[in-house]
Amino acid sequence: MKKTQNVLIKGTKDGLTLHLDDQCSYTELKRELNDKLSESSRLNEESPLITVKVKIGNRYLTDEQKEELHEFVRQKKNLVIDSIESNVLTKSEAERMKAEKEIVSVAKIVRSGQVLEVPGDLLLIGDVNPGGTVVAGGNIFVMGSLKGIAHAGAGGNTNAIISASEMMPTQLRISHHINRSPDIKEDVEKKDMECAYIDQNDQIVIDRLQVLIHLRPNLTTLEGGS
Amino acid sequence: MGEAIVITSGKGGVGKTTTSANIGTALALQGKRVCLVDTDIGLRNLDVVMGLENRIIYDLVDVVNERCKIHQALVKDKRFDDLLYLLPAAQTSDKTAVQPEQMKKLVDELKQEYDYIIIDCPAGIEQGYKNAVAGADKAIVVTTPEVSAVRDADRIIGLLEKEEGVEPPRLVINRIRNHMMENGDMLDVDEITTHLSIDLIGIVADDDEVIKASNHGEPIALNPNSKASIAYRNIARRILGESVPLQVLEEKQKGVFSKIKKFFGVK
Repeated sequence: MKKTQNVLIKGTKDGLTLHLDDQCSYTELKRELNDKLSESSRLNEESPLITVKVKIGNRYLTDEQKEELHEFVRQKKNLVIDSIESNVLTKSEAERMKAEKEIVSVAKIVRSGQVLEVPGDLLLIGDVNPGGTVVAGGNIFVMGSLKGIAHAGAGGNTNAIISASEMMPTQLRISHHINRSPDIKEDVEKKDMECAYIDQNDQIVIDRLQVLIHLRPNLTTLEGGS
Repeated sequence: MGEAIVITSGKGGVGKTTTSANIGTALALQGKRVCLVDTDIGLRNLDVVMGLENRIIYDLVDVVNERCKIHQALVKDKRFDDLLYLLPAAQTSDKTAVQPEQMKKLVDELKQEYDYIIIDCPAGIEQGYKNAVAGADKAIVVTTPEVSAVRDADRIIGLLEKEEGVEPPRLVINRIRNHMMENGDMLDVDEITTHLSIDLIGIVADDDEVIKASNHGEPIALNPNSKASIAYRNIARRILGESVPLQVLEEKQKGVFSKIKKFFGVK
């Protein structure tokens, strides 16, 4: 009886998809992949770069193995791996993802010289005084006044927002964008809650809180109901 | 068993030593047994402000290194009948000559004999600060109505909050110039207290008499006629648990016209 194939190549309109069996050994898989790719790549040497999606089912690949796979496919001239999709996660990855999704609430005053850092969203019940810093992987919501530095989307999320009841920051940072307060301080009357986000021009802008309803609909995590 | 109060500020020159000297004196005037401890090793001057410099024989470093007994190093203030003592800092060593654990042991020992231990903290947040805070039960943060002093006070409050065994600090706003506050050229008392969000324990007006008195080695609290003296005495009473209203700093000469101007927001 003929052995079932461990590597399946399927063409889609976006490029190729490689389905790799998750039951065989890794070395076996590599050998078969090599054979398969060598015969197919001969045919169209002149054609443009083809992106490849790799689906590995319930197999877990370490970072080194992934790198090896990338390297392996790249050698086949006009193929390049776009993504490797696996159904499994390690525990630490899952925990990190959970932490990044969570809203952490903290009741304190972040004073000069103090740094408060959370992986996900930050809900601060208190103030950030000048010289104090809050950093979050996600959004930052300050219930009191923000007079220090706030850095949202510290991991590179440009969709992150910063909001505060009293927005008087020394500096605002979202992802790798930085904005500072104007050097000439005008006397502003007490206004409503405000928020800061990155607009289409890649600039950090401050606006009324309510604009977020349209700009960042994904802030709503409520499911179902009405 | 007495309690130890550290007087600190972060920033230098805001009046920690003057405040320590005067709170100590005012508490002694109330009949409490007080020991002042100067932890500013290498830059001591609480003894100068108290006018006790010439009586120093041993100092803090001698005590922790067991070169002498505590009572040998304590300098008695002759103006009080056995109520006020000073443990001077060493002038020849530096802050590293003492460790926080040693300070804690020393303060605990003093607490057996005195009602209040007032610890004068050096400026900064390094070793000297850590030594001063080690034995304290309570803390008083001194600031002046200047942005830089308030910023440093904020920093020090943050550090004090992390300190175990120290109650939330209370605030003294020193060197208030009333006319500048009214013109809005200086941070006002409300602004500072809401910003720092800790309890206010006293406000002290900027008074030339304070400097004059310090230079004579006579803490201003001994002179009952000065505004600053009353302010320090009020702080001492608040430490003792009395509820004393804040001093009114305005001068009386304000007429109806200026009130109207203030009402309409004209400066």
